[in-house]
Amino acid sequence: MEPLTRTPLEVEEETTGDLGARHMVVNFGPQHPATHGTLRNIIELDGEKILKLDSEIGFLHSGFEKISEYRSYNQSVVVSDRMNYLSPLNNNIALAQAVEEMMGIQVTPRCAAIRVVLAELSRIADHIIVVGLQGMDLGAFSVMLWTFIEREKLYDIFENVTGARLTTSYTRIGGLMRDVPKDFEEMIRAVMGRLESTVREVEYMLDENPIFVNRTRGVGALSAQESISFGLTGPILRAAGVPYDIRKVRPYLGYEQYEFEVPTEKEGDCYARYRVRCREMIQSLKIIDQALKKMPSGPVGVSDPRIVIPVKNEENRPSGGMEGLIYHFKNFMHGHGVRPPKGEVYVPTEAPNGELGYYLISDGTERPYRWRVRGPSFYNYQAFARLCEGHMLSDTVAILSSLNIIAGELDR
Amino acid sequence: MVTKDVLYKLVVFLATVGIAVGLVPIMTIVERRVAAFIQNRWGPNRVGPWGLLQPVADGIKAFFKEEFVPARADRLLHFIAPMLVFVPPAIGFAVIPWGNQIGSVKLQAVNLNIGVLFMMSVLSIAVYGLAIGGWASNNKWSLLGGLRASAQLISYELTLGLAILVAIMMAESVDPQVIVAKQTRGILSWNVFGGGNLLALPCGLLGILLLYTAALAENNRLPFDLPECEQELVGGYHTEYSSMKFAMFFMGEYVAMVNMSAIVTMLYLGGWYFPGITNPADHSWLGGILSVGVFMAKTFAILFVYVWIRWTFPRFKYNQLMNLGWKGLLPLSLANVALLAVVGVFTGGKP
Repeated sequence: MEPLTRTPLEVEEETTGDLGARHMVVNFGPQHPATHGTLRNIIELDGEKILKLDSEIGFLHSGFEKISEYRSYNQSVVVSDRMNYLSPLNNNIALAQAVEEMMGIQVTPRCAAIRVVLAELSRIADHIIVVGLQGMDLGAFSVMLWTFIEREKLYDIFENVTGARLTTSYTRIGGLMRDVPKDFEEMIRAVMGRLESTVREVEYMLDENPIFVNRTRGVGALSAQESISFGLTGPILRAAGVPYDIRKVRPYLGYEQYEFEVPTEKEGDCYARYRVRCREMIQSLKIIDQALKKMPSGPVGVSDPRIVIPVKNEENRPSGGMEGLIYHFKNFMHGHGVRPPKGEVYVPTEAPNGELGYYLISDGTERPYRWRVRGPSFYNYQAFARLCEGHMLSDTVAILSSLNIIAGELDR
Repeated sequence: MVTKDVLYKLVVFLATVGIAVGLVPIMTIVERRVAAFIQNRWGPNRVGPWGLLQPVADGIKAFFKEEFVPARADRLLHFIAPMLVFVPPAIGFAVIPWGNQIGSVKLQAVNLNIGVLFMMSVLSIAVYGLAIGGWASNNKWSLLGGLRASAQLISYELTLGLAILVAIMMAESVDPQVIVAKQTRGILSWNVFGGGNLLALPCGLLGILLLYTAALAENNRLPFDLPECEQELVGGYHTEYSSMKFAMFFMGEYVAMVNMSAIVTMLYLGGWYFPGITNPADHSWLGGILSVGVFMAKTFAILFVYVWIRWTFPRFKYNQLMNLGWKGLLPLSLANVALLAVVGVFTGGKP
């Protein structure tokens, strides 16, 4: 390697022959404290003003989609929760929804209700962190730590239910890994009151804080028309005034039975996104309350031993009855188990940061032919360069945290 | 007895340096514990009783870190910058009277009759440290931090100067001893309450507000910590500093904070005087120690507000900072000085 004898500045001076009126080019990431994840942005600055911003992605590419083509459908649930590490349960549920739709399975009412509760809890866990991070990136560090406490409480619930805090892998095709623990409702009720007061506290802290409002109002604003043409979804689109929510537009898991509003704001700027997230958390709490009130009893898995492994009891205990042993065994044998019919399916669900859709092509075997994810981060991140145009350097962090880009989902 | 006087002077001088530098570790632990309290967590509580030895551990860690100088950095300037940040605030502490006199010894390292002016001139040196540190690191983020720091400090120095001028006008002196002495005639004689003239009360209140806001900006504290904001500029001007050089920047910030709080106390809050606790005519040992205690209590109250603000507010944007400084605070502080002058004329030439 050639020893470093000249600074980049000198090299640039030699090539351009001019060290006078020039713009500064800085690397914003991939190693930068404000890029939550490994995102790289090359920013051309005129003083503090951004002239041009180039985003480069792929630093966290993990080949999730390709990996899943070599796994059975139930095995790739494990892959799905590694993608969006702020809301893994939503990813688990979205995958199960897609495969079930392809196979024409109707999950049991109890399973659907549990999935709804967990999806909404996961949505709150995501939103509360994003709201905290929005504060932190503007310097209000305490807000982030207050919200992190609440997420810990939610993670405790996830751990009790699924056995893991982050890598939940809770859904199975046609059901769940197991039923929820007996004190499921008490656990959630205990956290719900706290959550609401924390959301109110954060609102009290930031809503009318002149510095916060000045830093976010009009920053990174996008019109409804433009948002749609960028393919933005989720809170970002709703902040621009479009009441588009998959839970309302194309209800799944019986979302049509629950009463809730789709909060929208008009401005489409960072402040509007913050407001939408805060209001959505309150709506999610309403949904959880309703779902817990009428939580049906019964099994969580469909009663089809070819899809869901049967309950282990006296009759079909693997060590007992031969018949039971065979059913258990067949579920995991090559060429058996969950095998959707030939065809393809795209099933969208409402993940915390936008429309999360699974596009699956089945060739009739137990492994997908193609496993493709429409991760909301990928589409939302496209707008980043446009949003930063003409703003100051300080605004990039405000905009980036308001978009809620998860690098794992962005690069997959 | 010349030798005795010199000895006394030396003791007071060393004590002053000790206070200025010794308050830094106390302040770091206070800051971290208060921050932890605000954020519902424990903070450092493992090293020593209640975590009180944490600053010592921090210091030892800083010593053992590798001292890194980036390739192609200007080594000399890179070396000088932290000193330029650390030393001026420590020198500025020399003219602050931090207690009533004991016997004939005044608790002030240097009894300078132009003390306030000396302090202002010394404090304005610190900006060079930040600008040079940012430039010498050969790093674009550091450079941006240094640029922001120099622009911010120069802008807010005007407001700072005008807010100090209000106190000088009230006391009609630039001698710290005189300024404090004039505020020892009851609580209403404090400059924050108009320095004994109730008509000047609004000037005093506005003055301390302006002084404190400018002080926050001068010390690069939230909501004005743009030069070193982690989320935007990685570490700002001290991105490329490690080991004791970084510790010097860090301590420099805290010494400047302590110094600024002492200035606010001295100029507006009556210095070491508090009615009922300290008596200006009492030159005994007990009175002296009580007066030092009062001064420290006031200084720490102001430092606490620093910490409180830091962990509550978001930070400004660069252009908003400049707008506030030039379009908001500067006209306001000019108007304040003019108002005080008018009040002074109408109340017999003595504001």
